[in-house]
Amino acid sequence: MVENRPFGTLLSHLVVLFGVLIVCFPVWITFVAATHDQAALLRPPIPLWPGSHFFENMETILFAGVRSSRSAPVAVMLLNSLVMAVGIAVGKIAISIIAAYAIVYFHFPLRMVFFWMIFITLMLPVEVRILPTFEVVSNLNLLNNYGGLIIPLIASATATFLFRQFFLSVPDELTEAARIDGAGPMRFFWDVLLPLSRNSIAALFVIQFIYGWNQYLWPLLITTEESYYTVVMGISRMLNVVDAAAEWNLVMATALLAMLPPVVVVIAMQRQFVRGLVETEK
Amino acid sequence: MQKRVTFDNRLLPYLLVTPQLIITIVFFIWPAGQALFQSLLREDAFGTSSEFVWFENFVRVIEDESYLNSFRVTAIFSISVTVLSLAIALVLAVMADRIVRGGTTYRTLLIWPYAVAPAVAGALWGFLFNPRIGVLAYGIESIGVNWNYFLNGDQAMLLVVFASAWSRIGYNFVFFLAGLQAIPRSLIEAAAIDGAGPARRFWTVIFPLLSPTGFFLMVVNIVFAFFETFGVIHAVTQGGPSKATEILVYKVWSDSFRGLDLGGSAAQSVILMAIVVGLTVVQFRYIERRVHY
Repeated sequence: MVENRPFGTLLSHLVVLFGVLIVCFPVWITFVAATHDQAALLRPPIPLWPGSHFFENMETILFAGVRSSRSAPVAVMLLNSLVMAVGIAVGKIAISIIAAYAIVYFHFPLRMVFFWMIFITLMLPVEVRILPTFEVVSNLNLLNNYGGLIIPLIASATATFLFRQFFLSVPDELTEAARIDGAGPMRFFWDVLLPLSRNSIAALFVIQFIYGWNQYLWPLLITTEESYYTVVMGISRMLNVVDAAAEWNLVMATALLAMLPPVVVVIAMQRQFVRGLVETEK
Repeated sequence: MQKRVTFDNRLLPYLLVTPQLIITIVFFIWPAGQALFQSLLREDAFGTSSEFVWFENFVRVIEDESYLNSFRVTAIFSISVTVLSLAIALVLAVMADRIVRGGTTYRTLLIWPYAVAPAVAGALWGFLFNPRIGVLAYGIESIGVNWNYFLNGDQAMLLVVFASAWSRIGYNFVFFLAGLQAIPRSLIEAAAIDGAGPARRFWTVIFPLLSPTGFFLMVVNIVFAFFETFGVIHAVTQGGPSKATEILVYKVWSDSFRGLDLGGSAAQSVILMAIVVGLTVVQFRYIERRVHY
């Protein structure tokens, strides 16, 4: 601090605390709503303090689902989201790290063509090519299965760039030493490059897990069977019928479960997360 | 771009790029090409015959009043989200930067909304502002304002802006805080010795030095508001009431899957692609400049 201003420091604390309160307020209300029964929420003003129906609500949504929207049990949706998020994160990392390895460590014709083809995907998010991509996926029989949820989303220019950037910073002496010791390209990759990339992989995993978990438009397009719904899109289906039946306590309990895994990942792996954020935006 | 020391192998590099390349071609480049191609065709309603019509679809889209409305809505929406989330994050970051102890605790407390999906954020805020049972709606009603975002377009817009801005505060906060901490303390101390108070120091020293971060965040947030907020709109307002929150991405989706207007939705896709390309170019040119800063 430049000057010692106790009053200024106090003011800073107050402003930041106020910000934290605003940011946390919606989640608090969601939590409170998830702990009451349906009747308590329909009598305004709605409660601001938790009730006693939390475990009951959780049991209902996890194993039976929300009746008014005829949804699948939320446990199934959570499993689907988990499969999708882990599949996307692992798939992206796997295919980008080998592609980046080829582009940085080998000299071959068409290298730059491939690089630019991968680069272009940065400018083609799902949102701008909705219908044709849907047609491709349906022609490949990938509707309503995990393959369709995962594979079309695992090509990633950002991940390839990140690894390319990192490989370029690895000293050439390591490669030379490996070659002198007689290591071939795959041996070098497994025994030298992969262990060195550990931090980048962890950072990328956090970012991509959240990306995969929070996918919305994509599962909405390609799943019509409830057994493949992910939890994030499941919520919106509940919202769109909720006004008729108003089981808000169950919808909010589902919302709580939908945000819990990614939030826990971000907080538990905060260092890798911040690193990943900063690096993928370079 | 490449290593001085490389491996010699004819086949291996191709094998290594193949998985990425196949997915890129099948799911990115081919569909984008299809969109480009379809945007120049007119198909009849049954998809049995198509006719090459050059730019007729684009003309039709641009002259369509509902498309222009969607453009306006998108502009208002993305500017509001960007300004609101940047302003709040900047204030919080500046305050957190002043605090010597506990800075990281605050970061933890502010960072997590990034992990909440836009659709879920929409559900949270939709519940708070629900005209019948929402806490905030109750508060607004009690001061005499008639609140119902299902009927009032401006209120619906306000709601989706809040939900989207909320989910971006943590992200912007992280970058602003990092930017602030990268400013050399000596500069701020020099300004203080010259007699500049905290406000003066902020506007003449800190703010200009933070502007590259701010510009970067502005572009990233506009991209977010344009393309990643589909979930908020779809979950909360469905583009309504009477198209008051129908952003471009939502309109492409609803025209493709509800309206079944192939040529028109393809033309819209192509326009969106042009916008992404434009924004990406801006982002990259800026990054090049940042190196010299």
